[in-house]
Amino acid sequence: MKKIYANATEALDGVLTDGMLIAAGGFGLCGIPELLLEAIKDSGAQDLTFASNNAGVDDFGIGILLQTKQVKKMISSYVGENAEFMRQYLAGELELEFNPQGTLAERMRAGGAGIPGFYTKTGVGTVIAEGKEHKDFNGETYIMEEGIFADLSIVKAWKADDTGNLIFRKTARNFNVPAATCGKICIAEVEEIVPRGSLDPDCIHLPGIYVHRLIQGDHEKRIEQRTTRKKEEA
Amino acid sequence: MPWDRNQMAARAAQELEDGMYVNLGIGIPTLVANYVGDKDITLQSENGMLGMGPFPFEGEEDADLINAGKQTITELSRTSYFDSATSFAMIRGGKIAAAVLGAMEVDEEGDLANWMIPGVLVKGMGGAMDLVAGVGRVIVVMDHTNKHGKSKLLKKCTLPLTGKKVVDRIITNLGVLDVVEGGLKIVEIAEGVTEDEIRAATEAKIVN
Repeated sequence: MKKIYANATEALDGVLTDGMLIAAGGFGLCGIPELLLEAIKDSGAQDLTFASNNAGVDDFGIGILLQTKQVKKMISSYVGENAEFMRQYLAGELELEFNPQGTLAERMRAGGAGIPGFYTKTGVGTVIAEGKEHKDFNGETYIMEEGIFADLSIVKAWKADDTGNLIFRKTARNFNVPAATCGKICIAEVEEIVPRGSLDPDCIHLPGIYVHRLIQGDHEKRIEQRTTRKKEEA
Repeated sequence: MPWDRNQMAARAAQELEDGMYVNLGIGIPTLVANYVGDKDITLQSENGMLGMGPFPFEGEEDADLINAGKQTITELSRTSYFDSATSFAMIRGGKIAAAVLGAMEVDEEGDLANWMIPGVLVKGMGGAMDLVAGVGRVIVVMDHTNKHGKSKLLKKCTLPLTGKKVVDRIITNLGVLDVVEGGLKIVEIAEGVTEDEIRAATEAKIVN
């Protein structure tokens, strides 16, 4: 089966529809599927729900889809760097479901693993627990959280082979692995597609079984907060 | 003289023991790394890294290598990387010995509020709820009072909670307090600060 597509628009063709739940990888602007997000913007798809740790910044990442009002709802843990997000949310134009970061990651992992719900201590006694089933195990209270079963997963990796085996680089792995597993279809964008056999099978981060479509492209890889130290301090 | 930011961070660093895996929050907690000295401490960054190194030299920033505050950082010889689900599995699973976090409010039962001011600020809890629910020990580092001079150590938190009965120790500019049965216990007073000053700046019940 051929997984490689020419570009993001072609990879999205036939799978992207209005009103979808899309699981997206990335943390802040690190490891986000920037090419696929750009192509989703160009497609004009509407009423999208994103399960994504963050919402990008105003002009990059999911932020570009907020500018065009293509997003109906976000399921996120932190949206602090995005002025347009805050404006739309406070004006009631955008739905927001806050998930604790680890709960969001586990909801994706669970969805991908065929687990519809799990119990966690995270959020007990907070607004997160309101309306959720509580259950005691060994004298401690837990709440039930549900797995995320997304219609589409979009992720960014460093390298892939043509069968969709992926490797990530440094902290750009983040949500990409759990997000990739929880969608019916997963599209991965990578910096380089290498020949079959050139990735060490012992060092694959995400096996190609999870990846249905694949594109290679140039990534801006924007840095959100450039922090450095001076050489003489060393 | 109350402690300044760096003195608070240095005091928090004393809480960390050789061999610990630790998560440091944003703000003053980040400075704690500067004061661990010779202790063998491994810093976790919840976006998927153990063994976080210092900021990179100018020109050596890597977009693929950031901390949970989205700042560029570096790796060390001990570093390992993993995905977010694995990262929070080790947090929830109790493998991280301690978290040092900032706070808006802490109360006498150890409830913590540090993520949301309703109607004013919509940012999100990030990984804070997972951390306080999962790590071995929660150490809060914050000013004793807010910018209006009101106590941040309350009888009952007024803001939406991050966690209930989760805080173990509070390090402020005035001293160190533990959450114990019945209230807060003063365990240390900053040099030049009096016990009366701490009591006056604390709304929470202080027990002996």
